[in-house]
Amino acid sequence: MARYILQRLGYMIITLFIIATVSFFLMKLMPGSPLGAAQEKLSESQLEIVLDKYGLNDPIPVQYYTYMKNLVQGDLGVSFQFDNREVTGILLDRFGPSLQLGLQALILGSVIGILFGLIAAVYHNGVIDFTSTIIAVLGTSIPSFVFAGLLQYYIGVKLEWLPVATWDGFEYSILPTIALAIFPLATSARFMRTEMVEVLGSDFITTARAKGVGKFGVVFKHGLRNALIPLITIMGPMAVSLLTGTLVIEKIFGVPGIGDQFVNSITQNDYPIIMGTTLFFAFFFILVILIIDILYGIVDPRIRLTGGDK
Amino acid sequence: MKKILDVKNLNVSFNTYGGEVKAVRGVNFDLHKGETLAIVGESGSGKSVTTKALMGLLPKPHGYVKEGEILFEDKDIAKLSEKELQKIRGKDLSMIFQDPMTSLNPTMKVGTQIMEGLIKHQKMSKTQAKERALELLKLVKIPNAEERIKQYPHQFSGGMRQRVVVAIALACNPKVLIADEPTTALDVTIQAQILDLMKDIQKKTDSSIIFITHDLGVVANVADRVAVMYAGKIVEIGTVDEIFYNPKHPYTWGLLGSMPTLDSDDSELYAIPGTPPDLLNPPKGDAFAPRNQFAMDIDFEEQPPMFKVSDTHYAATWLLDERAPKIDPPESVQKRIDSMASNDGKGDM
Repeated sequence: MARYILQRLGYMIITLFIIATVSFFLMKLMPGSPLGAAQEKLSESQLEIVLDKYGLNDPIPVQYYTYMKNLVQGDLGVSFQFDNREVTGILLDRFGPSLQLGLQALILGSVIGILFGLIAAVYHNGVIDFTSTIIAVLGTSIPSFVFAGLLQYYIGVKLEWLPVATWDGFEYSILPTIALAIFPLATSARFMRTEMVEVLGSDFITTARAKGVGKFGVVFKHGLRNALIPLITIMGPMAVSLLTGTLVIEKIFGVPGIGDQFVNSITQNDYPIIMGTTLFFAFFFILVILIIDILYGIVDPRIRLTGGDK
Repeated sequence: MKKILDVKNLNVSFNTYGGEVKAVRGVNFDLHKGETLAIVGESGSGKSVTTKALMGLLPKPHGYVKEGEILFEDKDIAKLSEKELQKIRGKDLSMIFQDPMTSLNPTMKVGTQIMEGLIKHQKMSKTQAKERALELLKLVKIPNAEERIKQYPHQFSGGMRQRVVVAIALACNPKVLIADEPTTALDVTIQAQILDLMKDIQKKTDSSIIFITHDLGVVANVADRVAVMYAGKIVEIGTVDEIFYNPKHPYTWGLLGSMPTLDSDDSELYAIPGTPPDLLNPPKGDAFAPRNQFAMDIDFEEQPPMFKVSDTHYAATWLLDERAPKIDPPESVQKRIDSMASNDGKGDM
């Protein structure tokens, strides 16, 4: 097991290296300059000084070499927009709210979604099933910003139960969490229902029933674990997209998250931030996939990693 | 011998989009303590549905017992609630399934799957249940039981898995064990091992077995009595000797004639012509009549009653009516019967 994880971490470094290289050169192809409109106000010599200071006058391969050298030492550079703030510091500041929102939405969405799907499967073709199917279809087809708007208007403005926007404590996170949770909720409910209906029709469920196991035991002890295996597959990418921040929801609720930060840095050609965020996202994505693979082994003994023995 | 199970006029139907499918139509049989009853018949004859009804495992609400009684220790299983059924299932009645590759939960340890019933029905503690599970694994002759009990089904071969399935079924010393084609999915050498195992266990535990199969070779090997099913009805029932050496129903003749044996001299195997009837609209008369070369006019008009051949032997064919012409089994079948009779005592077929 430890060997496997080490091996995966090795792959991770190679992948990150490739991603860093590709995004570095892609970024250099972008039009515009980090100085933006300010560029026109500067004289020729002032411009030279600024560009020299940030190393932007060097040939691109040299810039690449310098960046990679710093990267290996864990230095992501300093931001162009925010006066000399370290990229690492900015990312960590901005990631906090995104991580909190994402985790809350993921847990809320998947737990309720799985329960929904389970109930729908157990009473399939009944009223509950149809209701949950409708909710699932609505949840996957209506964009989250529509829900966000509705939540803000009814719960925030009309009922005044919760703050409409900004970021100042847990109660500020409730509405954006709900808005974000709708999609994972709907997706996992739909997925869970399909899987569970199939699992409940399989032979080993009949074996369990023939043993005298009750309905509850059949669904939770025998069905759930087997139905979860395929669900884990879709949970991975879903978790990443939720945890790395969803730009739209962050914008609507005025959350100072990483998604918002990322888009700003691209429009302003803030190279170190763009690189830093890209690498951070990539790192996170690979990490989540690794966690998912380990989870697979925990849920499904058939693909458990035995580390070479037997 | 004590009667343990008594099935009276059992009718099972399924509601489908096409209408009501009458899968089992008036089945009567009983089962004594320590006895093995084999139910034979081709696919779709209603043998599996009958046993599902016995276990209360019909896929509700589409499948249901329409009429009749299943008396087990003076209780009518057909009328029990799901909760009451759960108390009987696995404890008094248990079941061995056809395909060991799919009938075990792939994400649960084998030991846990055996212990489940023990903890539920016999209120055992985990340690007690584990001890009993080890005993059971040894009973079904799984070597290295201490190690195996911690493993998952995918670490077992097909034959070993079926032994585990048998162990699960035997866990609470059931009074009736229903085996639904337990050897069909296994290869021949493993089949023989599982059959020997079941016979051995029956001797030790004195349980009754209902053995569903379409393999007459297996029937001769394990059964005391045989019920032949066709189109949802029992067409002939009797002891093994009566069914094999003195069959009365033309369908039984067909089954015996189409069974390959080691010393069959015929180069071609007999096949019953035609296909079974559609049970969505069962025929008015004898369901077997269209495939029966000896069918008489009455066969197409009216269903035959069970004619008594001996105290234990009954058959539903108009040929046994006193007004019918006397007809013997076809020559090839008679030859087969004679050769089986002369081979008897020389070992299994």
